[in-house]
Amino acid sequence: MSDTLTEAPQAPEAPTQNAGVVHGLYREGEPIADTKAPKVDIKDRWTTRQFEAALVNPANRRKLTVIVVGTGLAGGAACATLGEAGYHVKSFCYQDSPRRAHSIAAQGGINAAKNYKEDGDSVYRLFYDTVKGGDFRSRESNVYRLAEVSANIIDQCVAQGVPFAREYGGLLDNRSFGGVQVSRTFYARGQTGQQLLIGAYQALERQIAAGTVQMYTRHEMLELVLVDGRARGIIARDLVTGEVETHLADAVVLASGGYGNVFFLSTNAMNSNVTATWRAHRKGAMFSNPCYTQIHPTCIPVSGDHQSKLTLMSESLRNDGRIWVPKRREDCEKDPRDIPEEDRDYYLERIYPSFGNLVPRDIASRQAKNVCDEGRGVGPKVGDFARGVYLDFSDALARMSTEAVAEKYGNLFDMYQRITGESPYEVPMRIYPAVHYTMGGLWVDYDLQSNIPGLFVAGEANFSDHGANRLGASALMQGLADGYFVLPNTIRDYLAHGPYPKVEETHDEVVAARTAVEERVQKLLSVNGERSVDSFHKELGHIMWEYCGMERSEEGLLKAIDLIRSLKDEFWRNVRVLGSGATLNQSLEKAGRVADFLELGELMCIDALHRRESCGGHFRTESQTEDGEALRDDQEFAYVAAWEWGGEDGIPTLHKEDLVFDYVHLKQRSYK
Amino acid sequence: MRITLQVWRQDGPQDGGGMRDYVLDDVSEDMSFLEMLDVLNEDLIGRGEEPVAFDSDCREGICGSCGLVINGRAHGPEVTTTCQLHMRSFHDGDVISVEPWRADAFPVIKDLVVDRSAFDRIIQAGGYVSVNTGAAPDAHATPVPKDDADKSFASATCIGCGACVAACPNASGMLFMGAKVTHLGLLPQGQPERDARVVKMVNQHDHEGFGGCTNIGECAAACPKEIPLDVISRLNKDLRTAMRHGH
Ligand SMILES: Cc1cc2nc3c(=O)[nH]c(=O)nc-3n(C[C@H](O)[C@H](O)[C@H](O)COP(=O)(O)OP(=O)(O)OC[C@H]3O[C@@H](n4cnc5c(N)ncnc54)[C@H](O)[C@@H]3O)c2cc1C
Ligand code: SF4
Ligand code: FES
Repeated sequence: MSDTLTEAPQAPEAPTQNAGVVHGLYREGEPIADTKAPKVDIKDRWTTRQFEAALVNPANRRKLTVIVVGTGLAGGAACATLGEAGYHVKSFCYQDSPRRAHSIAAQGGINAAKNYKEDGDSVYRLFYDTVKGGDFRSRESNVYRLAEVSANIIDQCVAQGVPFAREYGGLLDNRSFGGVQVSRTFYARGQTGQQLLIGAYQALERQIAAGTVQMYTRHEMLELVLVDGRARGIIARDLVTGEVETHLADAVVLASGGYGNVFFLSTNAMNSNVTATWRAHRKGAMFSNPCYTQIHPTCIPVSGDHQSKLTLMSESLRNDGRIWVPKRREDCEKDPRDIPEEDRDYYLERIYPSFGNLVPRDIASRQAKNVCDEGRGVGPKVGDFARGVYLDFSDALARMSTEAVAEKYGNLFDMYQRITGESPYEVPMRIYPAVHYTMGGLWVDYDLQSNIPGLFVAGEANFSDHGANRLGASALMQGLADGYFVLPNTIRDYLAHGPYPKVEETHDEVVAARTAVEERVQKLLSVNGERSVDSFHKELGHIMWEYCGMERSEEGLLKAIDLIRSLKDEFWRNVRVLGSGATLNQSLEKAGRVADFLELGELMCIDALHRRESCGGHFRTESQTEDGEALRDDQEFAYVAAWEWGGEDGIPTLHKEDLVFDYVHLKQRSYK
Repeated sequence: MRITLQVWRQDGPQDGGGMRDYVLDDVSEDMSFLEMLDVLNEDLIGRGEEPVAFDSDCREGICGSCGLVINGRAHGPEVTTTCQLHMRSFHDGDVISVEPWRADAFPVIKDLVVDRSAFDRIIQAGGYVSVNTGAAPDAHATPVPKDDADKSFASATCIGCGACVAACPNASGMLFMGAKVTHLGLLPQGQPERDARVVKMVNQHDHEGFGGCTNIGECAAACPKEIPLDVISRLNKDLRTAMRHGH
């Protein structure tokens, strides 16, 4: 066995009270590090790790149970692959069918270093672009592996029957996506996520039929079960009968997606939440970089108070649409078609001539905010400001013909028209940034194992591959890479080092976890206050967007922390959850999720406060260049911030994992 | 707008259920139908009455979670999903009835929420290509004519919402099944299991209690993804071929 197989780093001993307390909000603890990536050339790390990972004899596999929470791209792919390998898999999702996981909503595409276009793409270039795009806040080893397995993903999906877009010769078509200059994005019209997820879902259903996977739909994980410091199961609630169930296993995988819904309004599916990872965090799993939120530049602007979510318009639209606002404020209320070319400000093309409308999302978003803050926004006013910019297809329609545009973007145009009542074939679309994706998540090592042995985390739920910013088409890639190719290889190493002692449902720690869930459900039902769950969620979202959104400042963040604390306090005194715990009760489901969001929101603000630099989606007003671009501070902050739960009345502890760049040189990101 | 809603309320699978009336005074036309129900629910909670249960997740017309029978039509008056139906399709003073999908194979769980897991079991019966992870050849090894790929894609857009079943007087799931059979049947990767797939899926469909297809066409008219009736002909043709091959 090699030296790469050391134990996962354990949470260090708690430092003495008050030692190193900062702002009264958190304290600093011991540094941590990933010990699993083999110390060989980056090109050989994954092959080496796969070779070194111990094997599990096929006959023993069916005696081993793995719980997978989540059936999105990460979880669905993991369940299918682990099932094929012969493990006994228990799969959980809260929707009525695994096919409905939030991954289904992804529109634009999935990256892979196939170099089918011969335009200079390679594994190394995808790796390089991703590290740079993440503003040098991700781990080189993980990102390189992602680029390396990306090509296999496309092969796998095509073999499953995923109908990617093709050219007339029958070969796969590609397009380019925000932040890159090569065409490496594979797509299926504007519904790549749906098609990829259906592929994984079908593979999963095949395993369910084969009896290797047991599916639990409409089940929500509400607690992680730890026995002797290892993850050994979950407590879940059957959302239909209300029954609280115990499920035990040899290892647990969380693939429960991101937490963008902490903002209430976001492009995420309504029920996306943080509960699975937050409950694990409270049991000791470290939560990394929670403040890294991606704001997506091309969403349909907000129309009113009733709004329940924001709709993304795929950023592939930026390939052919041109973004502009009027040069003069006086023109903002005019019909855009009456504003002549010379009175329009194509601000991205002006400021970033080499990337133009294809600059990365954080840059496109912030510039949209800037022009609207200057009073040059368009569309209806929300508050005192019009918050919208034009995404104009008139040039493309003239250049490519209406049919060609419809072929490429038709369904997106239809969706836009349905929501706004306006046709993008006739009037420019209006777009504005919205919360989209979270880059933070549970800390994992190269094996995707958290600091709790036996607890693995995949897809958007972990923190590892995207750094402070995520380029388009890279989350789908990561979800499938984790689920199909990485986890099945690394988890076997953990399982091979077992067998771990059998656990009974009557074990003290199991009973305690279950009781905790039952008590929490009862507590939520018995507050019997005045305010609905949604009203708390909206207020939290408002605080988060205002102070921990596109721009953050020390003053704002401190204020937000206070506001969140009083809101949390009020929540537990004044929330109203009607009905009982013994039937389908959607308010009760939401209440549990919002309670966790309130705690997460506070940690996000603390994380944003401590990171006194700007990077990617995290923009601190105190840290910018003269021309208003994000200013990183590599000297101080080239690390992952991994937070340890401080207990109910305690404060969290910050552990730093230094980021080492041996292959990509740290430099200021420039897209000019 | 002022809207009167007649909503199906049912406490649980065993409960009889019935319609209840609610009036909303301040409905904006920019609201989606589900956002209008959110507003109703906030109102109900304020009055101490349990909110109406309904399914939704993406609210973007792609996950297939939502689905209501509105004024007797699956997903309502427009050809779209319920979450993408906007109140601008209605008028001030309208009375709107809201019911769950009705089909033996989709039992009601509560209010407007039904159990559609029968669809998953139809897919389990054979709606996939059997390929193990890591065993795939290079994606360019098998070219697929663009035309086939596009047609296959068009059927693959089915979101599994169940409106076709709700709209069909026989509660048949043939459109849903036809969409899957067509998606995979048009691709080279789907050929080896083509015969077995259709037979197993049809058997499971009947076993779940869906009705037979008598070519009424209500399904295709209600389908938010505009899956055409042809997929059913294709399914029948594949079924006959499979029988001829001795399945
Ligand atoms: C509108 C939109 C467009 C996007 N477009 C793109 C794109 O073009 N390209 C790209 O690369 N990325 C895109 N993304 C991002 C990408 O879709 C997501 O990051 C990715 O799909 C996340 O996948 P996942 O498997 O990690 O989680 P998800 O797909 O979110 O799945 C989460 C799963 O966990 C389950 N779950 C969660 N909590 C619990 C619990 N407590 N108990 C039980 N089950 C639970 C859910 O039921 C679900 O099955 C887009 C995102 C959005 C919102
Ligand atoms: S065929 Fe159409 S109506 Fe039927 S489930 Fe699919 S999308 Fe819904
Ligand atoms: S909520 Fe997803 S399709 Fe309507």
